[in-house]
Amino acid sequence: MTDIARPQAPAAGPKPVERPGRFQEFWRYFSENRGAVAGLVVFVFLVAIALAAPLVAPFHPDEQFRDRLLSPPAWTEGADSRFLLGTDAVGRDILSRLIFGARFSLFIGVVVVTISLVGGIVLGLVAGFFRGWVDTVIMRVMDVLLAFPSLLLALVLVAILGPGLMNAMIAIALVAQPHYVRLTRAAVMSERGRDYVTSARVAGAGKLRLMFITILPNCMAPLIVQAALSFSNAILDAAALGFLGMGAQPPTPEWGTMLAEAREFILRAWWVVTFPGLAILITVLAINLMGDGLRDALDPKLKRS
Amino acid sequence: MNAPLDHHVVLRAEGLARHYELRRGPFAAPAVVRALAEASFELKQGRTLAVVGESGCGKSTLARVVTMIEPPTAGRLVVEDREVTGRNAEDARILRRSVQIVFQDPYGSLNPRQKIGTILEEPLAINTDLSAADRRAKAQAMLAKVGLRPEHYERYPHMFSGGQRQRIAIARALMLDPKILVLDEPVSALDVSIQAQVLNLLTDLQQEFGLAYLFISHDLSVVRHIADEVMVMYLGRPVEVAPKEEIFASTRHPYTRALLSATPSTDPAARKERIRLTGELPSPLRPPSGCAFHPRCPYVYEPCPVDRPELKVPGSDLLVACHAVRDGRI
Amino acid sequence: MPLLDIQNLTVDFKTASGAFRAVDNVSLTVDAGEVVSIVGESGSGKSVSMLALMGLLPWTATVTAERMAFDGNDLTGLSARQRRRIVGKDMAMIFQEPMSSLNPCFTVGFQIGESLKVHLGLDRAARRKRTIELLELVGIPSPADRVDSFPHQLSGGMNQRVMIAMALSCNPKLLIADEPTTALDVTIQAQILDLLVRIQKETGMGLVLITHDMGVVAETADRVSVQYAGQKVEEQPVAGLFDDPHHPYTAALLSALPERATSRRLPSIPGVVPGQFDRPTGCLFSPRCRFATDRCVEKVPPRQGALAGLALCHYPLTHGKPVGHPGPQATLNERLFV
Repeated sequence: MTDIARPQAPAAGPKPVERPGRFQEFWRYFSENRGAVAGLVVFVFLVAIALAAPLVAPFHPDEQFRDRLLSPPAWTEGADSRFLLGTDAVGRDILSRLIFGARFSLFIGVVVVTISLVGGIVLGLVAGFFRGWVDTVIMRVMDVLLAFPSLLLALVLVAILGPGLMNAMIAIALVAQPHYVRLTRAAVMSERGRDYVTSARVAGAGKLRLMFITILPNCMAPLIVQAALSFSNAILDAAALGFLGMGAQPPTPEWGTMLAEAREFILRAWWVVTFPGLAILITVLAINLMGDGLRDALDPKLKRS
Repeated sequence: MNAPLDHHVVLRAEGLARHYELRRGPFAAPAVVRALAEASFELKQGRTLAVVGESGCGKSTLARVVTMIEPPTAGRLVVEDREVTGRNAEDARILRRSVQIVFQDPYGSLNPRQKIGTILEEPLAINTDLSAADRRAKAQAMLAKVGLRPEHYERYPHMFSGGQRQRIAIARALMLDPKILVLDEPVSALDVSIQAQVLNLLTDLQQEFGLAYLFISHDLSVVRHIADEVMVMYLGRPVEVAPKEEIFASTRHPYTRALLSATPSTDPAARKERIRLTGELPSPLRPPSGCAFHPRCPYVYEPCPVDRPELKVPGSDLLVACHAVRDGRI
Repeated sequence: MPLLDIQNLTVDFKTASGAFRAVDNVSLTVDAGEVVSIVGESGSGKSVSMLALMGLLPWTATVTAERMAFDGNDLTGLSARQRRRIVGKDMAMIFQEPMSSLNPCFTVGFQIGESLKVHLGLDRAARRKRTIELLELVGIPSPADRVDSFPHQLSGGMNQRVMIAMALSCNPKLLIADEPTTALDVTIQAQILDLLVRIQKETGMGLVLITHDMGVVAETADRVSVQYAGQKVEEQPVAGLFDDPHHPYTAALLSALPERATSRRLPSIPGVVPGQFDRPTGCLFSPRCRFATDRCVEKVPPRQGALAGLALCHYPLTHGKPVGHPGPQATLNERLFV
């Protein structure tokens, strides 16, 4: 084996720089984006709060303090110091409801993203891999779904299925579906012609193996980014449906539903609308920032040398 | 492992053709691209047939047809005395194992999300009942054969250089003990010093396993080094087939001559007057009439634009598709 | 005074894992009317040095040079932008991929005309006339029709001719061709090389030809600079380089060519070009060199004189024999020493 060079003696002097591993490289690109790191910190905080809700929340979310209806936040005049962010119209502690609401929001995000991701991957893989009439049928259906304004379509679906958190999530997942399908299909089509796919075919790989083992792992980067970004969309849409009374039903402490309940008190008690609104804003912003960082780190087109 | 080399025929192609239909709108009749036509050759155990030509000459289509990725439009393909064309899926699968391929671009031919071990074992996992431990042992042995170290088993393709990746691609192609290896420009993307390493490796492996190579290349100096027989192609058709010594010593077809003369020589003293080919490669969509080479040929005369010359020169063993050669004008 | 004079050019890239030296103290001079070839494998920094000269490197690069002068203008200390303004007209560059070097949205005539407008200030009619002249000069058939073609309507070879026409539009004094024929077929490559050399002879400009193909070097260059891992390891007139290479790398590279092979096994160079993470100490070629001794690993090799091809080596070769070498027993790689 004269084709192998003499191994470098472990010479004195500066230690050779180690080639960074996959995760280190990812983290380096990700951490270059300050906003993304901030987003990640907020997101991790939210997840922790949601998980530990019964331990952190001062009260049960449905517990009513009939003597303290619409009590203002703790730092204002005439406040009750037990209720940090005040109470709502039926005397429930807003902070506790927000903390428990985080559970719902994250749950909605996870469920919606999972449903639409799985469905989108399967449909997109089939469309991109087989092409022909299968592709045409799938993509035309997706085009039809895309032609409706998304919230309107979700409303119609909820109207058919009946209001409720579960149905709202199914509706939102269906609305988000076409984006995943198109993204997967585009990625599959560009990977399908690559040499390593042909080489797997020559090795005798069947269609399912080619689709799920050979091609799919190479299409995941854009899908992960899309998943992160549509996570926040799902939360927004669920809040919007809740606000319109078509999503989670009272007394569920879902943020959008809380906003809806507070509608009539906007002028009298600013805190009942402001804090749920802020919670939605901060969560969505954090996830979007994180998604941007993910895209920078995973999308090879944006990668710098 | 070391079968005696008797150079028997392991693959025979007769009149292979591959046409593609190109739709040109809903009302126009589809255009037919004859990417490959009338390709006939034999591959022998332990021997190398080189296919030479420029882009659009059909050499990559030939590779796809021989590796059974695409069925031929016409012609027969016989692998180890068994007819491939018109087989059912199960039989084709078994035959497929004896023909494997190595691609030009070592950066595209390895799945970036799989470890080297997985890449090497995949053909075994699909086609054999070997246990995981046996597969691993075979993969490790093959790594050593192509000059890589055992610890490379756990790494991902992006950690390797182009030459090392090409070694991995070759190792993978050999995992199923094929008889025939199609090498589609295996060294064109590599640097000179690495190219020599890979060519040496290919020579060694051919000796050891008695492989038949179908070596596709555009680089005549590489072909001259590695080939036993050479087939020159132009616009989808073979124009000259001959043993290597003959094709380089007494070049007959005007296209082969031009190709040889255009290849830069590394001897600065031999800066020669080149045979200049004027014009571009014609589009395979609209091939010229008669002999496809006639618009660029310096020896063109009356029959060339009218008749397509046969590969076989009547009254001799020569395989040169040229009117001028047939008529003794060159 | 040479047309182009670069002394000790160094280019560092900032990367994720620290600084990477892509070009290491490279010097190069080009006279008017001369064809100088920079040859090297991938990672040898052959393109980077010329991109640095043109001011075309990304912001992550730091360029330092002792002297960088073009046609009497000192270029050191100027920003990339100022540098381009000085040299843009008199120095032109063509690239490997003709298809992606042209903008697919505009006709080739418009793209050539653009540089005529910027640098020469010609009016519309004069631009068109000059464009057609240029297309004719580079051997494009029926140039009056082709001037309105889009890049995708032309073949790769034709697009490379258009690129050359564009580079020639302002009568540059120096043309830098970065792998101009690598993406082309052999017969088209021969046409383009002939064209480049013919135009270079006719106009008397300097030509820097960056390539990895020893055959192209042998057929076109007057003088050759061999680069390895960012360093210039040898520089010689072309005949001498192929006859009597002085650096072991050049010698090994030449004998690894299948064309020069005498046996079935090629005398290959073991190992790979060092990258950012495995840069050796001392001589960068030492892990792959069959003459390497302890000294090669410990000490950075000196630059030899012009007689020894300016080789960057402790034991430069003369007719294949290393001068001053202590003998086979001292080499670290005895199995490589034949």
